[in-house]
Order: sequence, then C-alpha cells, then structure tokens
Amino acid sequence: MSIQDKVIAIIAEQAVLEPSDVTLDSTLAELGIDSLGLVESIFAIEEEFDISIPFNANNPNDSDFDISNVASIIAGIQKLMAIPT
Amino acid sequence: MKRVVITGAGTINALGHTVPATLKAMREGQCGISDLDFRDVDRLTIRIGGQVHGYDAKDRFNRQQMSLYDRFTQFTLIAAKEAIEQSGLTFNGDLSVRSGVVLGTAGGGVSTWDDNYRSVYEDGKNRVHPFVVPKLMNNAATSHVSMEYNLKGPTFTVSTACASSNHAMAQAFAMVRSGMAPVMITGGSESMLCFGGVKAWEGLRVMSKDACRPFSANRNGMVQGEGAGVFVFEDYEHARARGAEILCEVIGFAMSSDAADIVMPSKQGAARAISGALHDAQVNPEDVGYINAHGTGTTANDKTECAAVADVFGPHADNLMISSTKSMHGHLIGGTGAVELLACIMALRDGVIAPTIGYEEADPECALDVVPNEAREANVTVALSNAFAFGGLNAVLALRKI
Repeated sequence: MSIQDKVIAIIAEQAVLEPSDVTLDSTLAELGIDSLGLVESIFAIEEEFDISIPFNANNPNDSDFDISNVASIIAGIQKLMAIPT
Repeated sequence: MKRVVITGAGTINALGHTVPATLKAMREGQCGISDLDFRDVDRLTIRIGGQVHGYDAKDRFNRQQMSLYDRFTQFTLIAAKEAIEQSGLTFNGDLSVRSGVVLGTAGGGVSTWDDNYRSVYEDGKNRVHPFVVPKLMNNAATSHVSMEYNLKGPTFTVSTACASSNHAMAQAFAMVRSGMAPVMITGGSESMLCFGGVKAWEGLRVMSKDACRPFSANRNGMVQGEGAGVFVFEDYEHARARGAEILCEVIGFAMSSDAADIVMPSKQGAARAISGALHDAQVNPEDVGYINAHGTGTTANDKTECAAVADVFGPHADNLMISSTKSMHGHLIGGTGAVELLACIMALRDGVIAPTIGYEEADPECALDVVPNEAREANVTVALSNAFAFGGLNAVLALRKI
C-alpha cells in the first residue's frame, strides 16, 4: 500500500466512508470529520508511519502541518518521513 | 417541598443485564461471583469477583462511541437507557433545561488508566490515544448521559468511595425535593475489575479469596463487583400529571462523616446517618421493615453496622430485616448503592426481601435477622439503604412504598 492509499484508508475509516469516497482534494470538514476526529486521525497516522506530527489542536491552522485537504496531509507526511528522526 | 418518586430503574451487573433479570436473580438467591477473567489475572492473589459476563461492548456501541466510552461509561449508558425508557420521559424545552444528572463513581475509567499505563510503562510506547483523558475522567459517564438525553440542568459526578452512589442519589433527591429540578437522573457505576484495579485492593488485605459472606461468623472479606444502577427521580406531581408508573417514593436521607479514621468504620458515624435519615423522612424507627445493609463481608464493617442498627432501632432492631446483596453481586464500590437500591424497590413494590446468601454460621456480634440464604415475602412500608465509605463518609437513603 502506498502512503497515499494508507492515509486515505485512515481518513475513510474515521469518516465512516469507503476509501473511494475520499479524494485528494477532499477537506476533512467535507468528509464530516470534527475536531476530535481530526485528533484521532493524526494519532492513527503517527502510529501507522511511526512519525511525530507537529500538530497543535489549540490552533490547527497555525501548526507546522498543513491539513487543508487530503493531498496536503499526504505531502506533509512524505516530508516528515524524509527527515531522519 | 416536593415529594420525590422513582419512575425508572436500569442496571447491568453480575446478576443480570436488566432490572427484571437482576431482581429475579436476587429472589432466587443466585450468586453472580465467579472466577475473574482478564489479562494477567494469574498474577493476582484474589481471583474472584462479581464480573459482568456475556457482555460485548461491540454489540451495544459503535467504534466511535467505544473510543470514548470506558467500561464504566458503557455500563452507565446501558442502565440509563433502561431507566429513562421505563420512565417514558423525553427531555425538551423547560424540562430539558432544568433536569440534570448526578452519578457516583469511585474510580471512573480505571481500565483506561490501566491499559494506557501498561502501554507506556510495560510496552514502552511513547504515544497514547488522544481520547485517554475524556475517556477516563470521573465525570465522563455523567456527561455522556447528559448529552445522550439532552439533560441541561445541574450535572456532576460525586466520588466518595463506597458511598458515591448514595451521596449522588441523596443530592439528586434534594434537588427534586427543593424544586430546583423536576427530574434528576441518578445512581452510579464502577468498573475496576482489571489487573491494576484488583491489585490495588489486594494490597489492603481485606479481600476474600473464596466468597462474600456478610454477617456470617466465618466471613473473610469483601469481593469486588462491577456494573451500574441508574434511576429517574421525579417530582411526584410531575409524575402523576403524566400518569407515570411509580416504583416507590424517596422520603429522606442523611449524610455524616466519622471524622476519625481513613479506613476503620465508626458505629457513631453510621448511627448518625441512619437516625438522621429517619428524622429527615419524618418516620419512626418502628416504621422501617427492611434495611439494605452496607454489609461488605469484612469483620469490621458488619459488626459495626449491626451495632449501629441496634443503637438506632433499640428493641425494633430484632423485628426488622437487614440483608446484604453484596453476597450476590459483589461490592460495586462507587456504584454499589445504586444496584442495592433495587433490592429496596423490590421489598417495597413486590414485597420480596432479597437474601444474604453464603450465610453459614451465626455471629453473636451480628445478631439481627439478616434474611439468610433465601428470599422472603414480607409487607414492607419503609426501607433504608446504607452506605459507609472508606474515609468515614456515610450516606443513608429512606424510601417508602407508594
């Protein structure tokens, strides 16, 4: 499974949708994922890829991790995975 | 002052997953205590408990709910559903704004603490699920009942160890009686039957390895249980106006503190709570036909409780019945008073007194009619429910047949 497929699977599960319903330009709000669902998705992504996402739930838009849509989340993960931890 | 009645009851515990199943088990004197079944139980010295069996959370809740509901919250929601459905109430408008929830629990989400401590300490993980805090907090169950049923009035959780539920129900009663709230959802729950929960209790060395035998001379300690009891306390006029079925009336309560010892019970503290409840309910000692005892099965509690009852009731102590249903469902700690209130309702409404099972040998220090081993039919007008907690905090409720 590619990074993209894994992320889509995680987001689809959180949104209780089929992966085919989640597209790269979907926003989490459009998919019906609320603030708790967002935090849970971040947790699931961290667990899946063994990375630490710089996400602050107090002000998600100010975090150094772009969650505007599925594509930006995937790009952020790829960037984090390229940096040796 | 408003009169207060109970118009709904719900439970899940080791004896049954509903009120009718639980009352049937109490009538038949069944024992819900069995071998504990959970991870690492082989590292425990105490391996019995009143565990809820035949229950799978997945049958009742979806994945998202389960990520937020500790087992004590699950039990609470199951009991609340039964109680509120029985009452026939739906909460809208003014009723929703003024009605609330007061529940008791001693430990809250104990298994959530346990699972996640294991994960970070034993398994060495450095990340926990984001909902650990909202799942384990003591008020989680109360808040979920509030959200599920649109209850927007006074809502909080009471935590006074083994008296939590009785303190919670006393508070709910006071709120309805004063006119502050037309309806309060109240009771309590507990779920400590996990490795860490039982290990902590083991340390006190007051636990029995084989059975809970309250008042019996050969008793050797308490046995933990788990589950929930939830009730609908309603203004009598409000209940009558809508033609609700009334299970019984709540007529008084008293609370006291021993201000003496953190674990040893006090006859005086217990007696003040019992006599205070009679005074608050404006009934005479002779009116009381049944007491649901705290009756933990420890040497200290049972003899102290019997002495307190003898002090308060004088010669009438020999006429009344006092039983401990903990012998059947175990000690539900913060939820215990709620499940035990069911035995009071059965006494008042059905005229059946739940027995103290496991009774084998008379103890001269517990020389009361403890309804040994078999349920009994009796016409009871007034019943009391005792709870005497660690920390010396006591709460006694008085109920009347209606």
